[in-house]
Amino acid sequence: MNALLSFVAAIGRGVLYALASAGSVTLFALEGMSHVVRPPIYPRLFWRAFVEFAYFSLPVVAMTAVFSGMVIALQSYTGFSRYGATNAIAYIVLVSVVRELAPVLAGLMVAGRVGAAMAAELGTMRVTDQIDALSTLSTEPMKYLVAPRLLAGLLALPLLVIVADTLGVAGGWLVATAKLGFNSATYLQNSLDFLQTSDVVVSLAKAAVFGFVVALMGCYHGYRSRGGAEGVGSATTSAVVSASILILAFDYVLTELFFAR
Amino acid sequence: MSQASSAATVLPAGTPKIRIRGLTKRFGDKLVLDGIDLDVMQGTSTVVIGGSGSGKSVLLKCILGLITPDAGLIEIDGQDLSRLDHRARAAKRSEIGMLFQNGALFDSLRVWENVAFGLLAKHDIKRKAARARAAEILQQVGLEASVGDLSPAELSGGMQKRVGLARAIAAKPDVMFFDEPTTGLDPIMGAVIDGLIVDCVKRLGSTAIAITHDMASARRIGDRAAMLYKGKIVWQGEAARLMDSGNPLVDQFTHGRREGPIQMELRK
Repeated sequence: MNALLSFVAAIGRGVLYALASAGSVTLFALEGMSHVVRPPIYPRLFWRAFVEFAYFSLPVVAMTAVFSGMVIALQSYTGFSRYGATNAIAYIVLVSVVRELAPVLAGLMVAGRVGAAMAAELGTMRVTDQIDALSTLSTEPMKYLVAPRLLAGLLALPLLVIVADTLGVAGGWLVATAKLGFNSATYLQNSLDFLQTSDVVVSLAKAAVFGFVVALMGCYHGYRSRGGAEGVGSATTSAVVSASILILAFDYVLTELFFAR
Repeated sequence: MSQASSAATVLPAGTPKIRIRGLTKRFGDKLVLDGIDLDVMQGTSTVVIGGSGSGKSVLLKCILGLITPDAGLIEIDGQDLSRLDHRARAAKRSEIGMLFQNGALFDSLRVWENVAFGLLAKHDIKRKAARARAAEILQQVGLEASVGDLSPAELSGGMQKRVGLARAIAAKPDVMFFDEPTTGLDPIMGAVIDGLIVDCVKRLGSTAIAITHDMASARRIGDRAAMLYKGKIVWQGEAARLMDSGNPLVDQFTHGRREGPIQMELRK
């Protein structure tokens, strides 16, 4: 009986902790976003975060998108050729890349690159009193550190995903034409015929949500880090892991919202 | 005549610039500050001494509003900071300068941007003018203007303290706080930093609180001193009397004796 009660109590503690964390993250996000629209604003800091997000993440996101498109083309050809449905490959690549792979993989890549860097930077600032120093210099840390990063995440990832969508489809085209013997013009025409505005809109909407999630997790865990180098390391890990899980969870929710019939 | 922040309040005679009553702060089971009462008169420097973990830094952070106390009153110029609205509290904070223990310089900014940060934050000065002002302030703490172009990581510990001091005095604060200003410095550099602190405080006419466990530093900086032990102020008096206070706790601490009423708490 005692063992059962302990088990239930442990579950209860876990649920309470999860609810408290969700509430804490939500309040953090609301406070951060409230500073986006309240002056003073820091365009220089926004631009720095935006460049870090969009420009410096471009190579890794581009490579991920190209190889993903290539793999999808190859795998779908292997499967669909058994049923003589190889004409569907352009459609499969397009839908897979635009609806799912580009936003999700770009989000995961950026979580590993930018989210981790944000958590490490803010965590180091926290444990070396730099965030306290901001407060003593008449500067609201949430406005100075968090708001520009949240806005950058929200706006930068959609731009990256436009590039990833294009390069992913191009990767599929490359394999289809260079290896599988498809006619280049026909493949491209098929891709354009299948392309729907709603797919692109959903892709960009997902990207905006994922970019915000990456920035939020990086800022939240970094801002609240404690305990020196170990605390900063732990915050960095938490930022990447939580952002990755939330990206996959939100991907399901958004897919359900937009595509479920 | 004071040159400190023009917003400085003129207080009735005998009214403390900083008045603390019954300040209490607890972290979990540990009572860190246990009903602290402390007055600091305008234009004077008070040094708070105490062992590691005695709550000195927590006291300073409570006064600055970085930590919310569980109970008690903290008044600066007769105003309880915790009761001020956001804007009034920010305005009050702009009259306060703080030198952090490790400098707490912003490592993503160059030295001159660190020094001028508070000026730029108020949006009442252009970057070019702020840069020139930063160069002047750097010279006041014994650093050449060219240091302004370096990043904080390129500076020695002593130089970082000087830059931290320059940043703290840039807005000509009315109240200044110093957290372990000489920790990690050699004795000569410690004396240099103390000298700069005394010069700056006297020149600006500021009211200062410093926390330290460096006795030489405490006597150089402070007009008055207070000792924090187990969350309470156990002694207050002239800083010059620190070494012969007559209080057994203070005597043991200032002379660094192993034997005495202060027992080091060891975890088993």
